[in-house]
Amino acid sequence: MTTAPTPVPANASAAQRGGGVPGSVSPAPASARTAKAPRPGRRRAGGSRAWLAALPLLLFFVIGFGLPAVAIAIGAFTTSTDAPDGGGTFTTDNLTNSLQGAYWTALWGSVKLSLLTALIATVVGLPLAQAVATSRFRMFREAVMSASGVLANFGGVPLAFMFVATLGNAGEVTTSLGLTKHGWSLYTFSGLSVVYLYFLVPLMVITITPALEGLKTQWREAAANNGATSVQYWRHVALPVLLPSLLGGFVLLFGASFAAYATAEAMVGSSVPLISMQIGDALSGNVLVGQGNLALALGLDMIVVACLVMALYLPLQRRSAKWLA
Amino acid sequence: MARLINRIRFGRGLVLLVCGIYFAVPMAASLWFSIDDNKGGTTFRAYTELLNAPGFSDSLVLSLELAAVTVAVLLLLLVPAVLAARLGAPKLRPVIEVMCSMPLVVPVVALTTGIIGVLRWGPDYLQDTPFFQTIVAIQDPDFPIVLVIAYVLMALPFAYRAIDSGLRGVDVVTLVEAARNCGAGWLRAVFTVVLPNLRSALLNAAVLTVALVLGEFTTASILGFAPFSVWINTNGKSDGQMSVAVSMLSLLIVWLVLLLMSAAGRGRRTARS
Repeated sequence: MTTAPTPVPANASAAQRGGGVPGSVSPAPASARTAKAPRPGRRRAGGSRAWLAALPLLLFFVIGFGLPAVAIAIGAFTTSTDAPDGGGTFTTDNLTNSLQGAYWTALWGSVKLSLLTALIATVVGLPLAQAVATSRFRMFREAVMSASGVLANFGGVPLAFMFVATLGNAGEVTTSLGLTKHGWSLYTFSGLSVVYLYFLVPLMVITITPALEGLKTQWREAAANNGATSVQYWRHVALPVLLPSLLGGFVLLFGASFAAYATAEAMVGSSVPLISMQIGDALSGNVLVGQGNLALALGLDMIVVACLVMALYLPLQRRSAKWLA
Repeated sequence: MARLINRIRFGRGLVLLVCGIYFAVPMAASLWFSIDDNKGGTTFRAYTELLNAPGFSDSLVLSLELAAVTVAVLLLLLVPAVLAARLGAPKLRPVIEVMCSMPLVVPVVALTTGIIGVLRWGPDYLQDTPFFQTIVAIQDPDFPIVLVIAYVLMALPFAYRAIDSGLRGVDVVTLVEAARNCGAGWLRAVFTVVLPNLRSALLNAAVLTVALVLGEFTTASILGFAPFSVWINTNGKSDGQMSVAVSMLSLLIVWLVLLLMSAAGRGRRTARS
């Protein structure tokens, strides 16, 4: 049942694309119809072989992803080997500890930072993407899109160093404008937000541009013909259509920001409390004796938050895909 | 009407200007920082001494090797599975889809804790079994296979999406049926008909994976290996100027790689048509 609807937009778009050439229109739907008939007989013959071809991926996934997942699930609920009882007994202490004190502050700090940066990036990214998508110069559009592709993937250590060189205590902009006197410091919550936006805004531009290109000119013309102003068009036509994509993009950015580790680690160390930093700390043995499995519980906390976020994202993604078909 | 158009132009210009400043200033400042000698002059010391910096070439080579192996493993695992789902077993498709979205849900740090959890089983429980040797072998610092496993998992969602959207534009079933009717065997149909049609999708998947592996820091640093990004970080504590120089270079390299690969994809496509 779940696979049934998917081929329809695929064939439809194929037919649309070939629309310019009369000869190429008919084969696509025809093949879709006839393909149904001979399939069942052949499927059984090819079926087992098909599963065989997918077997390496399945095996890899079970080992590479399943084992760590099991390790987290078991570890988070048992005592570690350095515990007085020798380890392996069931306990909920790890989880309770991971939601208290410094760890709770860090989890909350991560959520706050992710919410704030994702919100700003969404609000900034939409007008930027619109300004680029409606630009008359094709070269400019392509240049911005490729730059966004690079910058969206440009998290991590190099980004941190670039901002240290720019806005750090001895950074070029800081020293030449005397920003330290005005209370500026890069190694704070707001400093980190400024850095995160450097890859979140391009990520938003990439995510939202297909949706913006899906806005049909006819809708705008129809609205204008009915006497709608530009504001009314955006308020009643464009934004409602874009809303699933926007929310989906927001959730994606939240996830990216929440999971980020390298930038913060290279830049601020642990002076800004973040859950990913705490996990890194705990994994390198920086925990009390007997709490060796605390890191696994922290990992579980993080997965739970990310799961909640993804549970919002996936339906939105499906919804917005409908408009782009 | 003219006023409205003027206002839209102005708004667009303002947005582009502000964003342009935000994105250009750190790059310009970093460039200046990397050649500033603090006496008002310029020096290219950070760039010229780079090749002789301890560990630079080793870590770069390790990162490139990891990237190459990750792309190879990823495509070898993913492409047969995706094609099989299209051609023979439609029931397989939701399974693959779910499998390829799962790594998105798990933040990299959390995945790394899981991996460490598994690696700890070695000394804790498996001391006398052959599994112990395996666990030691995949952590070889010269070529940590455990990182390849982690990277393949991380790249899985992006690569799957790239290949899946590529497949959407190609009617693989008809193509293969046509090839089979013309007497081609399964392998021949896949290699000479299907894969050439997917070239740009495969290229996209490879590009995304390479970019991901070259920039990845979290897993490598927590597990204690030293590919390029980890080297930049360690080195930055001692020589800030050189690390900023390397950061600029790595941005340039990633950009060039992406440009070259997309140009290669485009060139082939036009050459064929």
